[in-house]
Amino acid sequence: MRVRALEAQLTEKGYIDPGALDVLIDAYQTKIGPRNGAQVVARAWRDPEFRRWLLKDATAAIASLGFAGRQGEHMVAVENTPEVHNMVVCTLCSCYPWAVLGLPPTWYKSAPYRARAVKDPRGVLKEFGVELPESTQIRIWDSTAEVRYLVLPQRPAGSEDLSEQQLANLVTRDSMIGTGLPGSAA
Amino acid sequence: MSYRSNADLGGQDVRDAIVMEPEGDLFHAPWEPRVMALVVAMGPTGLSNIDMNRAARETIPNYRDLSYYEVWLTALEKLVLQQGVLGDAPPPPKQVLRAELVAAAISKGSAFSRMPAGPARYALGQRVRTIAVQPAHHTRLPAYARGKAGIVERVHGAHVFPDTNARGLGENPQWLYTVAFDEKELWGEQNPKQRSTISVDAFEPYLEPA
Repeated sequence: MRVRALEAQLTEKGYIDPGALDVLIDAYQTKIGPRNGAQVVARAWRDPEFRRWLLKDATAAIASLGFAGRQGEHMVAVENTPEVHNMVVCTLCSCYPWAVLGLPPTWYKSAPYRARAVKDPRGVLKEFGVELPESTQIRIWDSTAEVRYLVLPQRPAGSEDLSEQQLANLVTRDSMIGTGLPGSAA
Repeated sequence: MSYRSNADLGGQDVRDAIVMEPEGDLFHAPWEPRVMALVVAMGPTGLSNIDMNRAARETIPNYRDLSYYEVWLTALEKLVLQQGVLGDAPPPPKQVLRAELVAAAISKGSAFSRMPAGPARYALGQRVRTIAVQPAHHTRLPAYARGKAGIVERVHGAHVFPDTNARGLGENPQWLYTVAFDEKELWGEQNPKQRSTISVDAFEPYLEPA
């Protein structure tokens, strides 16, 4: 099979340590995923000073929680409000903030999402089950360079008494891409 | 010389449904995680850079027929052949990612910001126009945003310039801006109103004063 052959050749030629591949796969399967981003969002919901820092210098604020690194070197956080809804896409390839969200879902890399997110965001959101008021302004961020975007969703109503961990549990992957909304506190 | 990207999809008429996926569903075949890891592990070898990888991927003739990990695999096979890795005198790897170094390499990442060669030409809030050029090489200005007027919304400092980096012509750092476009500017009056604003991250050579 192609992959095994390529891996064997690259190992034989001294480019690859196969053990490193196992560690990489484990890291993205068990350690680096959207739960990291959810911690960032929950902290921003609970701590106004952290929220300000996140919106001003997302790379540093996120690094302070231990989620710095690969495909998160230049982070920008964009905040949803009652007036503005943010949504992230990479129309040219599959740029995605790995450090906070892990590996992108297949649909994020697929032609229909990449083609339509910039031109018909309301139609795309509808497919995801999200219908926004007509008055809401939609902001699309096309990740065309090495800047990576994280959406800071609106904090759900009625979540005042929740702990940071309980808040993090309401934060979905899609709500941090902007194709979804966080879970309800009720 | 013509160069065609098959990956520049923004605004194209693609009608297939978007297939949802639960959060934990990372891979769909046993070979996929291996390809992901191979591509990541090849980074430190210096055999190619991220822009060369993207160029190798977007020029695959049947790009649109392949799954994303098939695209990654095909491009890696192509680069390995191009660089003579399987020949008698393969270029020596700059660095080999050993298992014990993976965690540190992931959390360090590799920054793309560089010292700028000069001052930024454009300022926050300035009106600019993107160039209407289809270059004969890899570039990161999407076709839908060419020849369009927008507003500089963020100034990111200087970053590695993909147009030269992809061709092995050096990092050639350029100022990077986020430029915001009104939907009417991009899609015209005919497109149903979405109340949307679309931003792209654009390198200074992609811009002219408006």
